[in-house]
Formats: sequence, structure tokens, C-alpha cells
Amino acid sequence: MNDHTYLLLVILVMTAATFFTRATPFMLLHKRADHPLLLFLGRFTPPAIMTILVIYSLGSVEFSRYPYGGPELLAALLTLAVHLLWRQALLSIFAGTACYMYAVQSGLFI
Amino acid sequence: MSVFGPALRASLPVMFGYIPLGMAFGMLFQDLGYPWYFATLMGLFVYAGAAQFMAIGLLSAQAGLVEVAVSTLALNSRHIFFGLSLMSRYSCRGVQKLYLIFGLTDETYSLITGTPAPSSDRESDYYTAITALNQSYWVVGCTLGALLGRMIDFDTRGMDFALTALFLVLLIEQWHKVREPFPFLLAACCGVGALVLFKEQMLLLSIALSVVVLIVRCQLSGARL
Repeated sequence: MNDHTYLLLVILVMTAATFFTRATPFMLLHKRADHPLLLFLGRFTPPAIMTILVIYSLGSVEFSRYPYGGPELLAALLTLAVHLLWRQALLSIFAGTACYMYAVQSGLFI
Repeated sequence: MSVFGPALRASLPVMFGYIPLGMAFGMLFQDLGYPWYFATLMGLFVYAGAAQFMAIGLLSAQAGLVEVAVSTLALNSRHIFFGLSLMSRYSCRGVQKLYLIFGLTDETYSLITGTPAPSSDRESDYYTAITALNQSYWVVGCTLGALLGRMIDFDTRGMDFALTALFLVLLIEQWHKVREPFPFLLAACCGVGALVLFKEQMLLLSIALSVVVLIVRCQLSGARL
């Protein structure tokens, strides 16, 4: 098998598999979109998933070794503080990201 | 009222996450020795961050297509639960709906459930704009990484913290919306538990368990909203 053909087949298979996982509930349940259980999940799944995504994205941080997650905690606390104060999503995210980039690039924690 | 402006504003943080991450993918992909435009193609068609990074390992090992299919399904199966909670939001039809479903990444899901559409009668267009903008950032990132490879001098280390910050901000926004501690506490327990016990499958396990508990609770309470 030609190498580019192989790559194209891999791309095709991955595209189909990814779309399948995203489309399954819509294919199975499209006639019951207003079922009370789905409305309930529509309301309470997003806060649960957001909580899990936060834990996941901080989960790879090494808290037991220097710098003990310092840059991540500092940047996360700044993001939270700015957001609680002004509630301007972009401002909070830029503040946190800038703080984190400075912390990891400047050698502040080395 | 145009939906593009608000969608651009809402999606900017994703740009700061997707471009450096996409570039990281493009650079690794280029090391495999394929022409750069295949990285663009993957961003356009596969459009799944973690799966694309996994593909680099599979491609370099010349993995069989069945293995590719099974690992992609396993890695992305958490998306089934995303769809479950979007059934009533995705009310449009045809190609537009297919595209919304195709482009449902973690970050797109977060923005669609966490930021308000500018007007209630154009929700679907707002969701479509968010989805398309996010994908364009990813495609640009993949392409730049593969094209420029290691030539880039700009230090993007740490820029992908934008996605962590985005999730944090949208978590607070969800609190303002829902005002009930149960889903947050439930997910925190599932998330920390899965992280400690099964680090590899943390996302899938904690999301699946949370949704199952939510379903049980909904049945017990008689689906009061």
C-alpha cells in the first residue's frame, strides 16, 4: 500500500469514528429532543462537564515536586479573582494566560 | 443583529489555545515526513485534538485501520454525553445540524452551553459561527505548525493555559446559571476520583459516571426542573 494512500485511509477512518461518537445521540434520540430527561440533562450536564474539564486540565500538574503547581495555581487564582471582580470573560482569560506564560517563560519558578 | 461579532468575542480564548496546540500537532506531524497539507486535511476532517495527537503514534507505528478505528472510538466516546445534553439546543436541520455535530469539540461544547446567543431566534447561527471559528483556529494552527515546523521563534510556551482559564471562567458562568451545587459537587467527586484511580481514562469515566448519576437523580425526582 502506497504511503499516502495509507495516510488517507487513516484520516478517513478517524473522521468516520470521530463523527460517529459525536452523532450517536442525535441519531438515536432525535424524535425525543423534548423528553423531560433530556431537558434535565441539558440543564445539569454542562456544569458537571465544566467542573470535570477544569479538573482534567489541572490534573497533569505535578503538585508533589517543585514548583508544586505554583504557576498553575497562581494563574488559576488570578483568573478566578479577575472574573469574580469584573465578570468580563476575555479580560479574566487574558490575565490568567499572560500570568501563566510569564511564570513559565521568565524562569520565575526555576 | 449579526452573530459573527459576539461569536468572535466568545471564541477568542479558544484561538489562543487552539493555535499553539494545533501548531504543536503540525510540528510533530511534519516529523513523520508527510507533506504539510495532510496536517491541514486532518484539522479539516478529523478535527479532534487528542485523537490527532494519538494518530501521530499510530501513523509512525503503521497501525492497522481497525486499531485506528477502535482507539479513535475509545478516545472520543465521551462526546456521546455531550450530544445527550444538546438535543434541544441543536434544533436546526440539514447540513447546518450535521456541521454542528461534526464540530462538537470540548471547547465548542463549553462555549455553546456557557455563553449566551445574541438573540434567541438566531441561536443556531450563533452556534454555527462558534463552531466554524473554533475549527478555523485549529486548522490554521495545524497548517502553520506543519509548514513552519521548527523555524518559529515566537515562544508560545504556556499559551494553551487559555483553555484552562476558559474552562474556569465558564465554570463560574455555569454557577451563575444553575445555582444548584449538586452537579458541581457530583462532578468534582467523579473527576477527582477518576483522576486518582484511572488517570488514562479520566475524562470518559468521570463524565459517564456523572451523567448516569444525573439520570438516576432525574428519575427519582420525577424530572422536576
